[in-house]
Amino acid sequence: MGILSKKATCNSHGQDSSYFLGWQEYEKNPYHESLNPSGIIQMGLAENQLSFDLLESWIAQNPDAAGFKRDGQSIFRELALFQDYHGLPAFKEALVEFMSEIRGKRVGFDPRNIVLTAGATSANEALMFCLAEAGDAILIPTPYYPGFDRDLKWRTGAEIVPIQCTSSNGFKITASALEEAYATAHRQNLRVKAVLVTNPSNPLGTTMSEDELNLLVTFVISKGIHLVSDEIYSGTVFSSPSFKSIVEVLSERPDCRQSASDVWDRVHIVYSLSKDLGLPGFRVGAIYSSNRAVVEAATKMSSFGLVSSQTQYFLSAMLSDKKFTGHYIAENRRRLGQRHESLVRGLREAGIRCLDSNAGLFCWVDMRHLLKSNTFEAEIELWKKIVYEVRLNISPGSSCHCTEPGWFRVCFANMTEETLGLSMRRIKEFVAAYSGAASTPSCGGCGGDEMRNHRHHSKGSSGKNKFLNKWVFRLSPSHRREADDR
Amino acid sequence: MRSGRKPLLSKLATNDGHAENSPYFDGWKAYERDPFHPTRNADGVIQMGLAENQLCFDMIEEWLINNPQASICTAQGLGMFKDTAIFQDYHGLPEFRNAVAKFMGRVRGNRAKFDPDRIVMSGGATGAHELISFCLADPGDTFLVPTPYYPGFDRDVCWRTGVQLLPVVCDSSNGFMVTRNALESAYENAKAANTPVKGLLITNPSNPLGTVLDKETLRDILSFVNEKNIHLVSDEIYSATVFNDKPRFTGVSEIIEEDQTLCNPNLVHVIYSLSKDLGFPGFRVGIVYSYNDEVVGCARKMSSFGLVSSQTQHLVASLLSDDVFVEKFLSESARRLENRHRIFTDNLDQVGIKCLQRNAGLFQLMDLSHLLRDKTFEAEMELWKVIIDEVKLNISPGSSFHSSEPGWFRVCIANMDDQTVDVALRRIRAFVSRSEGAMAASAKKKRCWQNQNRKLRVSLSYRRMEELMMMPPLSPIPQSPLLRAQT
Repeated sequence: MGILSKKATCNSHGQDSSYFLGWQEYEKNPYHESLNPSGIIQMGLAENQLSFDLLESWIAQNPDAAGFKRDGQSIFRELALFQDYHGLPAFKEALVEFMSEIRGKRVGFDPRNIVLTAGATSANEALMFCLAEAGDAILIPTPYYPGFDRDLKWRTGAEIVPIQCTSSNGFKITASALEEAYATAHRQNLRVKAVLVTNPSNPLGTTMSEDELNLLVTFVISKGIHLVSDEIYSGTVFSSPSFKSIVEVLSERPDCRQSASDVWDRVHIVYSLSKDLGLPGFRVGAIYSSNRAVVEAATKMSSFGLVSSQTQYFLSAMLSDKKFTGHYIAENRRRLGQRHESLVRGLREAGIRCLDSNAGLFCWVDMRHLLKSNTFEAEIELWKKIVYEVRLNISPGSSCHCTEPGWFRVCFANMTEETLGLSMRRIKEFVAAYSGAASTPSCGGCGGDEMRNHRHHSKGSSGKNKFLNKWVFRLSPSHRREADDR
Repeated sequence: MRSGRKPLLSKLATNDGHAENSPYFDGWKAYERDPFHPTRNADGVIQMGLAENQLCFDMIEEWLINNPQASICTAQGLGMFKDTAIFQDYHGLPEFRNAVAKFMGRVRGNRAKFDPDRIVMSGGATGAHELISFCLADPGDTFLVPTPYYPGFDRDVCWRTGVQLLPVVCDSSNGFMVTRNALESAYENAKAANTPVKGLLITNPSNPLGTVLDKETLRDILSFVNEKNIHLVSDEIYSATVFNDKPRFTGVSEIIEEDQTLCNPNLVHVIYSLSKDLGFPGFRVGIVYSYNDEVVGCARKMSSFGLVSSQTQHLVASLLSDDVFVEKFLSESARRLENRHRIFTDNLDQVGIKCLQRNAGLFQLMDLSHLLRDKTFEAEMELWKVIIDEVKLNISPGSSFHSSEPGWFRVCIANMDDQTVDVALRRIRAFVSRSEGAMAASAKKKRCWQNQNRKLRVSLSYRRMEELMMMPPLSPIPQSPLLRAQT
């Protein structure tokens, strides 16, 4: 007694994976264009920082939403007291309309089917608590978002069984992979409860094809299991093929008519504003389901992670402004497309290819030709070089449970155009040196210019300066003079 | 292979563990259907079942007007918008943690100091309780909890965690004090039933009692958990609702700082929130504060499932960093709470209703046992239904708080304006005199008439309850004007 729970002491939170270790390295030596130009550039964080100016300009023009006011009257008291787990009706209405707009208004959503949660992290976990328990398995196509290991398994006790996808067909889901995964789960004595897909995909950046979607629907109908479609990147689709949501596919299938099938009771969508609007700090997630029992249970569970009423109110005002949302959705897509193009081009100039993608905040990059051997050890070795020498924090495919070594997820929307350009220059230099040399000196990957122009920081107010201190003492011998000049 | 008869949803989704089928919520449903409004519905049900603190909003609103930079959406605060909006670090904004730690210390008269690095965020105290239970206990483990206790614990501590709550029975013979005997006895019961005790959950100041634990009892509790090597979770969410020093509020932090040999600090954890002290339940600011480094680490990772909106963190950090405001707020809030307390106790006393002596909380515990037909929980429920249906006050019966004695009712008094207080007190006075008038008649005739009348009233009440049960499930929260608002 007095010891902690098993959950507290086990590893299921997944935080020891390389996905998070890369972040830790970044924290110790973060790039800053003036304070630390040779630091590590963060390309492992799928944030959307491209469209804040649009949000800020809306805010400046709409002071009421900012100041807890409606029509000039203070509603602070009502907001501060509002803890109804059904959520602010105006916000839910605005949210479902926003979701519909993202899908070109081809489908409509009922606000009564929405459950608000503190981020998609909470939405995914709450949904799992409703659908599965210890002894159950969720099938997920690889590669997948590393956070799922924590969100879906840790406190629920459910297991994940991968649906293996490979580069041979662009990592698309196949019927045989589905069946194989199902059989694997059974061999492990697990009951399969659901398939969970991320569409558009993280880390692939692709939208699921109509064939894949139909395959999935057929599969869940035949097995009588749930289908969860995590569509948090639905607003990041910047080129064709256009995004097709799971509900569109269901609406079009004759065997899914409500009278013919109960599949609608088993299809659920997860959404969030963290990626499309770039507001991960606000913790706005949602579960959408037409299964009343799921909505009711999940609504009660949302008590453990509600969305702040302050945030609900602000966003309901913003998302109800249709002129704004229309312009935002289109402009955001355009900027993402442009940025994607810059990354793809930059990598191509370094002789590196990406999976063809049309969505997301990242590219799925093929660096198999740079591996010393076709193994995950080699992948990690390459990854470490890229983190420590090229000073780019990218995510190795193994952290996303990819079955083939050599793939990396590289984010492009969480930095300025200039920083992206710099990262491409570093990659090019690295590839040139790497392919040519047998071994590289410890700082061979460092861009010479940045080291010479490096200025040490003075005491700043940013918390990041704490990390610069630690970094300074890790400089290699050839740079000791700069350290002493501080 | 077809799924056959595999259940569609999990057990959690379909069981009663959410505890919302308790009568605790039926009163709220009555309120939802017929909410009091001073002009539009003067005969409606007055909400006295919700422990909200509405007494000091004017002070906060004034502060907000004078501090526009506290919102990241005003012209003054917009410069912080982007950095705040992308900040999802589960450590929380440093300024938020610093401000909350400082506030917690202030509330305790700076007799305890809180380390910002031990502050872990959660989705309100609701989320905090679930989170700490996940960290400390496995499914099947037991937590002891003194009765009467907040009904929400049944959901928060037990539902998804699989942990059980075992009552430590306290009664009015000694003012519901938590005795060493009661603790030992509950612990032994658990052992005998083969349900390993992992911890003890106390609420100090208490909900529903409104009392604070005295120093001796707290020391006893700490020595008890230390001896058994079990955890102590101290829910201190009402710590700033203490309105006088009789007795002074002592939190566990003060004791373990004073006497480091009394209890292994790795066993001590505090739950906090801004919902009661500041009146911000909508903002979902819950805090888990642990003296155990491993728990802090685990809790922080788990806090991903219920982080505080960074927009709200920024607001709270600004507010609580304003030392002048905080001082002013704490003393004025205490004054208003004491004033409201006196109004109620004086008026209730005048009609012969005694309340448990208290100096904290947002509610009173009224002793209505003399109005019960007999000392049973059935009689308590009957009286409760009469109070809801006829007196039109939604108050909470002691049974919903797992009280061991019938006749106690919790009535919330800080969630209404002075006008509504008057109406509520008037109704209570009228009800008591009606009951007394009825009791003045001869015993035999009286019993006969009462039985018939009561049966009639009760059957009417039951029918109305049944109607209410048929309504679509409502959140156990009263109707907010925001539900009707258009954007």
